[in-house]
Amino acid sequence: MAYSEKLLDYFQNPRCVGEIPDAHAVAEVSNPVCGDVMKLWVKVVNGHIQDAKFKAQGCSAAIATSSFATEMLIGMDVVDARRITREQIVEALGGLPASKIHCSVLASDAIKEVLKGF
Amino acid sequence: MRPEVLAAMMPVFTEHFGNASSIHWFGQQAKALMDQARQRVARLVNAEASEIVLLSGGTEADNLAIRGIAESQKAKGRHIITSRIEHHAVLHTCKDLEKQGYEITWLPVSRKGLVEPDDVRTALRPDTILISVMHANNEIGTIQPIEEIGKIAEDADVYFHSDGVQSTGKIPVDVRKLKVDLYSMSSHKIHGPKGAGALFVKKGTILKPAMTGGGHERNRRSGTENVAGIVGFGEAARIALEGLETEMPWVRQLRDRLEAGLRSSIEFLHVNGENAPRLPNTSNIMVDYAEGEGLVISLDLKGVAVSTGSACSSGSLEPSHVLIAIGKTPDEAHGSLRFSLSSMTTEEDIDYVVTVLPGIVERLRELSPYYKRG
Repeated sequence: MAYSEKLLDYFQNPRCVGEIPDAHAVAEVSNPVCGDVMKLWVKVVNGHIQDAKFKAQGCSAAIATSSFATEMLIGMDVVDARRITREQIVEALGGLPASKIHCSVLASDAIKEVLKGF
Repeated sequence: MRPEVLAAMMPVFTEHFGNASSIHWFGQQAKALMDQARQRVARLVNAEASEIVLLSGGTEADNLAIRGIAESQKAKGRHIITSRIEHHAVLHTCKDLEKQGYEITWLPVSRKGLVEPDDVRTALRPDTILISVMHANNEIGTIQPIEEIGKIAEDADVYFHSDGVQSTGKIPVDVRKLKVDLYSMSSHKIHGPKGAGALFVKKGTILKPAMTGGGHERNRRSGTENVAGIVGFGEAARIALEGLETEMPWVRQLRDRLEAGLRSSIEFLHVNGENAPRLPNTSNIMVDYAEGEGLVISLDLKGVAVSTGSACSSGSLEPSHVLIAIGKTPDEAHGSLRFSLSSMTTEEDIDYVVTVLPGIVERLRELSPYYKRG
């Protein structure tokens, strides 16, 4: 299999799954290339991300990168979170096969989208 | 590969390694083995041995058939009729010819997954030189009305090619009854080795060879023959012919058991091609609110190897052209899974899938922002 163990772990045991009913912002993005979807909820207090949860319908790489990125967000300042790049996410998960690199754009797009108003 | 196939091949590597074109005794030994294999492949589709061109596989067979006719008939015309659900070996070959100035009619298929013979008749033109419609589809297993199309082609005096890679050895094939002029076959689809295949070329068919060289295969396909592969293919063909009656009904039962089991344990599940005649060994299902690549990886981690028509798993990032052609949306195609069964599949294998897949689907659905339990 072309996926790293870490990625498979995040796919099989995704962290931060769910919805935040009283979220301060929610964003839904879809991947223009393959149609995968991610929805991201955040609670932001004084420029600080207190909580984040996600749901996604997509391939293993999309789910793993979404989960990993959501976990990363928690405890971050909004200014720093905006700087998260897809390359960072991919690298932290041990890389992706070339044909799956596009999957990581879902998480980085969702982060940018959900933090727009802060 | 079947053990009997490997056993038939081994002596070709160790003892009968002669070049089948050589006139010395061990070359002739190899030739005799190859002739026997050719005979067996011919018998599987009710052809004459002299009408079987042995080559490297289904892709080469499709290329030789389509390009061979396109070249030999270009003085008559440059119009080719094919369908939207062909294997890439036909699809991309026709697209390539399109770029070279040939005109291609891409026939639609019904939601059932079938080409309508009337559409073939309507598409015919005075400059039509070839009709190419697959016998059975590789993704959803639907069996096309080849006999009816064959009749239309015969009446119109147009060459007719059918890609039989999926159907050969799975259902009875009689090239005379089907009225095909060209019929592609592949060895590894019937438990033979990879790297071998055949094209049935009806006696009298004018075909320009794609490969030039030493004039092997009655000048249809130059190049020293892959004797071991061919011998394995022959043995696989012999066993497959016997298995049509003894094994395929059992495979069909297993497939039905799989679909019944999955239907009763997974909601929002669809079986593609279920209302059409289908190969006994193919099952293509779609589950809503889950994505195919994730399903494939999850099943793989549990030791089950399947494939999907999801865009996310294909190198091209396009959803399955077959599922799109039968009217599915890219979103629906996203959740497709294809199971390929064989005589080596067991009841235990099926029951294992029926046990593990519902949990996998449920887990992925729980992650979906759209899923609401029905």
